[in-house]
Amino acid sequence: MVANLGYGALVITLLVSLYGIGAAYYGARTSKHAWIASARNATLLTFPLITVSALSIIYLLVTNDYQVDYVASVTSNSMPFYLKVTALWGGQPGSLVFWSWLMAAFASAVTLRKWERDQEFLPWVVIVTLVTLGFFVSLNIFFENPFLRLWQTTTGGVTKAMLQPAGSVAYIPMDGSGLNPLLRHPGMIIHPPMLYLGFVAFVIPYAFAIAALVTGRTDDRWIRITRRWTLVAWLFLSLGLILGGRWAYDVLGWGGYWGWDPVEIAAFMPWLTGTAFLHSVMIQEKRGMLKHWNMILIILTYELVIFGTFLTRSGVLSSVHAFAQSAIGPVFFAFMGLTFIVSLSLLLKRWNDLKAKTQMSSLLSREALFLLNNLLFMGILVVCFWGVIFPLISEIFTGQKVTVGPPFYERATGPLFAGLLLLMGVAPLAAWRHSSAKTLGRAMWKPFIASLVVLVVVLVSGVRNWAALLGFWLSAFVALVTLYEFWRGALARRRRSGENLPIALWHLAGRNRRRYGGYIIHLGVVLMAIGIIGIELFQTETQGTISRGEQISLGDYTVTFDSLSVFDTQDGRNVARAVMSVERNGRYVGELYPRRDYYYESQQPMTIPGVRSTWEDDFYILLVDWQPISSAGATFKIYHNPLVNWLWLGGFVFILGTLVAAWPERDPEKNRVSARSSSYATAKA
Amino acid sequence: MTDQDFDNSTTNQAGSGGRAKFIVGGLLIVAAVVYLIVTSTQASAQYFLTVDELTERAGSDIGREVRISGAVIGDTVVYEPETLTLAFTVAHVPGDNDEIEAQGGLAKVLYDAVNDPDRNQLQVIYVGPKPDLLRHEAQAIMTGELGEDGIFYADELLLKCPTKYEEAVPEQSEG
Repeated sequence: MVANLGYGALVITLLVSLYGIGAAYYGARTSKHAWIASARNATLLTFPLITVSALSIIYLLVTNDYQVDYVASVTSNSMPFYLKVTALWGGQPGSLVFWSWLMAAFASAVTLRKWERDQEFLPWVVIVTLVTLGFFVSLNIFFENPFLRLWQTTTGGVTKAMLQPAGSVAYIPMDGSGLNPLLRHPGMIIHPPMLYLGFVAFVIPYAFAIAALVTGRTDDRWIRITRRWTLVAWLFLSLGLILGGRWAYDVLGWGGYWGWDPVEIAAFMPWLTGTAFLHSVMIQEKRGMLKHWNMILIILTYELVIFGTFLTRSGVLSSVHAFAQSAIGPVFFAFMGLTFIVSLSLLLKRWNDLKAKTQMSSLLSREALFLLNNLLFMGILVVCFWGVIFPLISEIFTGQKVTVGPPFYERATGPLFAGLLLLMGVAPLAAWRHSSAKTLGRAMWKPFIASLVVLVVVLVSGVRNWAALLGFWLSAFVALVTLYEFWRGALARRRRSGENLPIALWHLAGRNRRRYGGYIIHLGVVLMAIGIIGIELFQTETQGTISRGEQISLGDYTVTFDSLSVFDTQDGRNVARAVMSVERNGRYVGELYPRRDYYYESQQPMTIPGVRSTWEDDFYILLVDWQPISSAGATFKIYHNPLVNWLWLGGFVFILGTLVAAWPERDPEKNRVSARSSSYATAKA
Repeated sequence: MTDQDFDNSTTNQAGSGGRAKFIVGGLLIVAAVVYLIVTSTQASAQYFLTVDELTERAGSDIGREVRISGAVIGDTVVYEPETLTLAFTVAHVPGDNDEIEAQGGLAKVLYDAVNDPDRNQLQVIYVGPKPDLLRHEAQAIMTGELGEDGIFYADELLLKCPTKYEEAVPEQSEG
């Protein structure tokens, strides 16, 4: 019954979306406002409809209705309540419904806000969002139906169908096969939704870009309207990526956080174009340039979001062949191709309208450095894309499948990331329009000297790896430049207003949130870079099999294997848990409990590390194997990950900075004036 | 076209050669990215072979880093925790996705592979922790070198069990 309700709601959503697309198109073409208003109502109606569908799935999941195939494939009796709810995005069909639900929510939010102000854009925004929504809903209806039920036919086989086939009886499994154990982690509640929120929110700026192209209002209005949307989309996407890394580090048990897996890359690619977009729209706002480029970036971001949704499919572990398994592959590619062609032809049609009136003159001006930043981001994108499609290309041209692994990505992107880091230090100091080596040098010689001091300190502390030295120096340079900017701004404000320094700093950031939020984000990136350099270049590992009471050493650390216990839990796991005492330089620092959970219903073990985490390093133990009978000997793999905690701290700062930048300003008009005068002041200083 | 010409002439006047340095700069960046991609691809590209292909060209590929995919035969898995040495045998599975689909999907292909004694098989040795997903009928993707003894020495081992969570139903027909 509930399954029928949920399915019916999906079908009605599709019909309503189709109506909305038609009504908006007719209304916009003939300037009949009643039709546009009707299309708006259709958009608003999609949200409650999809909500009904999503709630139906959740109801079926929490009531263990195993006749529904999706429920049987992602839940089981022993799963706790919260995991049953999150199983909504535990498999492909459910995660597509979740995607549509977010899309409907965002589309409604757009049409509810500022309808009067953006009236000429909105019919086209409605069309773009409803086409996207309609596409995802049809995927659910025609290919990935989460409401299919299981039926036992007269021949004894089991078939999946929405309606009862003649002569069959309901087939109700006693228990479901359960959510993939790797997904049974509190991170699962938050990581996929964040990624999806980021993906879906990027559809909105794209929709406004298309609306601007169609209506010919190709000034920067669409960018101003969607500025905050873009930041929010970017915030969620960044959060999703960071949480994904943390989840991998905590649960996947390979001592890493990022593996250049195609699925990770698929989520990373829209982030790259989105980040480039965030930077280059500033050039359009300030200087009226790069309008074509911004259009291309947002179109690419949209296509990569669709591609990413298709590839990530809610965290199912994948490999080189992730995409061949689903029937919806060709449909996705057709949709991407079609939207890409339509977007590009619209862009070509408006190409001349988008020509800039001014042009860049100085190679060291801020706009030129931003352009360079964009090129580097696109370079990383091309590397990622090349890595993903290289097996296909090589097969076409040589008949031989050749793949590239993490070393390829690390090698090819390393210098580009280093270049970006350097730009992060230089670009904020460069002035718009004209900037010379002399003015730049004057602005940054102090932080530069200070960063050399840091370099010497790092050298003295014994680091000799040239890549690490370069990385640490760049990090120090960017951090110092950024902090120096805060310091200068706060001092100037104190001189003007007589406030004390902390208050001046607070007001400074508050009055010019985008600029100082951006600086905070840059600081976050620097902290993350320090963590990444630490774990990538200085990770050490060892492994060994020891009996109770014996020890393994790694660097300054020594661990003693104290005991091992094996027991069953109520939620269907068999847990083997070791107790290890850790000493550092002969001093006892604590106990760690690496364990191995074996899930009976899915017959899959899962390795959960014991980690001692400090600002200096992480000491990370995996329980690899043990003798079942005597439980005397066990095998451990041990990692020493220096500085990795800075990666997570950096992630936190990064998100904080994005929040600062995206936080609504109280009085936009007033702030714009003060922002202009303060940026003028700093440019002069 | 006339618009274009007009535009170019004005920019040339205004820019007084300013455009050229941007083009040169841009080309340098593009060249750098291409250089990075080409050299990194050359340095880390791995041939992705099936067990059959590796067997065919056994002589030429000894000592060269390749990537192999195969179906794990559960009975052959032996793990020595003292040395962390994992030994198992994989059976040939097709490398081409279309071929896999044509034969009834990955799950069926893996099932057929492990139950067909006539298939080419390959012995694998890997040193490290035993992966959680290593079991009968899993697809193993291994990176390593073929030794002169005909054993594949894997440095990296990746496993995939595609069927487990997606299609737990014995017989399938779309309704």
